Amino acid sequence: MSDLTAQTPSACPACAAGPMAKTVASGRKPEGKIVLSLPKIHCAACISGVERLLTKTPGVEAARVNLTLKRAMVDAGPEITADDLAQMLTRNGFEAYELDPGQLSAAEADKPARELLMRLAVSGFAMMNIMLLSVAVWSGAEDATRDMFHWISAAIAIPTVGFCAQPFFKNAWSALRNKRLNMDVPISLAILLAVGMSLYETSQSGKHAYFDAAVALTFFLLAGRYLDFRMRASARSAAQELAALEVPRAFKLVGGTEVLTPIAELAVGDIVRVKPGGRVPVDGVVEAGTSERDRALLTGESLPVPAHPGDAVAAGEMNLTGVLTVRVTAAGEDSSLHRMAELVATAESARSRYTSLADRAAGLYAPGVHILAALTGLGWYLYSLDLRLSLNIASAVLIITCPCALGLAVPAVTTAASGKLFRRGLLIKDGTALERLAEVTEVVFDKTGTLTEGAPELVSHTAEPEEVSVARALASGSAHPLAQALLRDTDGPAAVVEDLREVPGYGVEAHWKGLHVRLGRADWVGADMPAETATWLRVGSAAPVAFKFADALRTGAAEAVADLRAQGIRVTLLSGDSPSAVAHVASSLQIDDWRAECLPEDKVAHIEARRAEGARVLMVGDGLNDTGALAAAHVSISPATALDAARVASDMVLLGKDLSPISGALKTAQQSTRRIRENFTISTVYNVVAVPLAIAGLATPLIAALAMSLSSITVTLNSLRLK
Amino acid sequence: MEVLSYLIPISLFLGGLGLAGFFWMLKARQFDDPDGDSQRILSDEFDDKPKQ
Repeated sequence: MSDLTAQTPSACPACAAGPMAKTVASGRKPEGKIVLSLPKIHCAACISGVERLLTKTPGVEAARVNLTLKRAMVDAGPEITADDLAQMLTRNGFEAYELDPGQLSAAEADKPARELLMRLAVSGFAMMNIMLLSVAVWSGAEDATRDMFHWISAAIAIPTVGFCAQPFFKNAWSALRNKRLNMDVPISLAILLAVGMSLYETSQSGKHAYFDAAVALTFFLLAGRYLDFRMRASARSAAQELAALEVPRAFKLVGGTEVLTPIAELAVGDIVRVKPGGRVPVDGVVEAGTSERDRALLTGESLPVPAHPGDAVAAGEMNLTGVLTVRVTAAGEDSSLHRMAELVATAESARSRYTSLADRAAGLYAPGVHILAALTGLGWYLYSLDLRLSLNIASAVLIITCPCALGLAVPAVTTAASGKLFRRGLLIKDGTALERLAEVTEVVFDKTGTLTEGAPELVSHTAEPEEVSVARALASGSAHPLAQALLRDTDGPAAVVEDLREVPGYGVEAHWKGLHVRLGRADWVGADMPAETATWLRVGSAAPVAFKFADALRTGAAEAVADLRAQGIRVTLLSGDSPSAVAHVASSLQIDDWRAECLPEDKVAHIEARRAEGARVLMVGDGLNDTGALAAAHVSISPATALDAARVASDMVLLGKDLSPISGALKTAQQSTRRIRENFTISTVYNVVAVPLAIAGLATPLIAALAMSLSSITVTLNSLRLK
Repeated sequence: MEVLSYLIPISLFLGGLGLAGFFWMLKARQFDDPDGDSQRILSDEFDDKPKQ
């Protein structure tokens, strides 16, 4: 990423090089930095295609695609917005979303990962050198030669452990201070005991030194820690980055002029102005203006709802056509947005705290290992009354039981699995989400924006080509979703019209060849209200012609639902939309179990009722009305286009438009949980073989090194089978 | 056995050289985009010089 910033000074020689050079040196990102998410890129042609499109755009100074993260980093002048670039790429066939660079702070997030990698490298280097010296000892070096090798090993091992094992020491110390036991306590104890005992043995010209074991332990455990960290860090940052949709500010009218005011400072009785295309920031009553509003994210309704003076509007609705002046009736804590957030908070606290497999294993393991080592030491002391011998054997037990295979068992599998899912377009936000996904027995879908695109699509019309061209001309005068869809889904030239005028809340009218033409709501053009979504065209005094629309199914929705049912999983559809619209989608996807006109509370209640019956529910939803259900479900997924609050409440984010990865993700999750259990079994088997030897006092450094390396390598290989 | 007094320092030095090289690669951010690098090699665009 710094390689990108390093280019900026030369890209603009006219700029003062001084301050720019300073930004680069301090590692701070330049102002115009834009980050885009590109969920569908996968090959060299995609990389060069995206980079060429971006660098060709005037105002863009530099662009680089990162295929691993599926992102593009762009340096551009202030006149370029991320949204423009994302739309330009999407138009050219590379699906792109805007990411929030403020949340990104890549350098910050990278630092702990790079520190871990550095420690991993140092311990790997030290491990190989000490192993090399140990081979000489194992193959029979004696007396002075053996002592020399041990001293050299000590000289390498002590600084290495002091530097590399710090993360374990820190964690263990903080756990002990809170009077808890975690996996890091036996790890730290084993490393310290191994080094301490070996140092003492070496000074006494003893036969066995465990320097190699101490360093190898550190190395394998760091490898597990690094994998774990990298997975969580990349998932966390990417989930945060998807830019927020909520409006943090509103245009408040003070004495007739607009003042940009933070929403938190609005009070009941204030007057705010909402422009077309903007989101309503507060709950209120329309004072002036007519428009239509899109309530899909709040209620799941797919049809726009008219707004006239006197109508109540709720925070989160999208204003479509006209300017609205709204008197605030509820702001802050009382607003419907806030009530929704409270619903999420209650649902989340009700969600039973899930204990991950790794935590359950650690809970069994950590006390067991300490008791075993202590009993062994005590037993040998009572038997031989030799403190040095019994301490030696006790530490050998600790070293051999040390959970390095256990430390790798979970992160190696989750890294492989989440990598696989990420390539298919599914981002895992929560570490235990995979385990929970594996237990799912039924899936609840939201309709608008989840199973459907949430945008209308022209399905049929009976207009003559000439009428279509008039309709296209009229539609170009409006930003209304139906007008935009009409423009997109018909072709042919647009007729030449005069006096084109949008009547907010009703439609568009104009004059064409001396005739008065109108495109808009049924009652406005003089047609009967139809059952389905339609816009009507009337030319002069001729009978109105209908253009019928339907909410298009998302790509992969049919496959995902069919696949889930084939796996024996019950599929339910809960929507806030009208029964006819929901029934249409349910029948086309062959979902028998559906409910329409659900309030957010109904969705939460349904999921809780199912959970009480013992079902593990996966909730897939995108709107504000789904957030409570997303938080209440056993595990949840939301699409990248979902509202910020919905993405925060869910465990996984679907990066592309396609829904089909969901059913595959279930299989991958089940597979990876199986691998994790296998890994636990493998490391237990190694312990069952090696621990009796250690307790009997027969363990040598060679046996310890073999048991440790073999178990770690088998566990890693088993995890990689997932690919 | 005197040869050990040369060989051990030499082996440690060579290993250390590798370690230093790894640190340099880490600092130069060569591990930021392994997937992308493996694909960029297939494109003609970067034949003359690598993309900065």
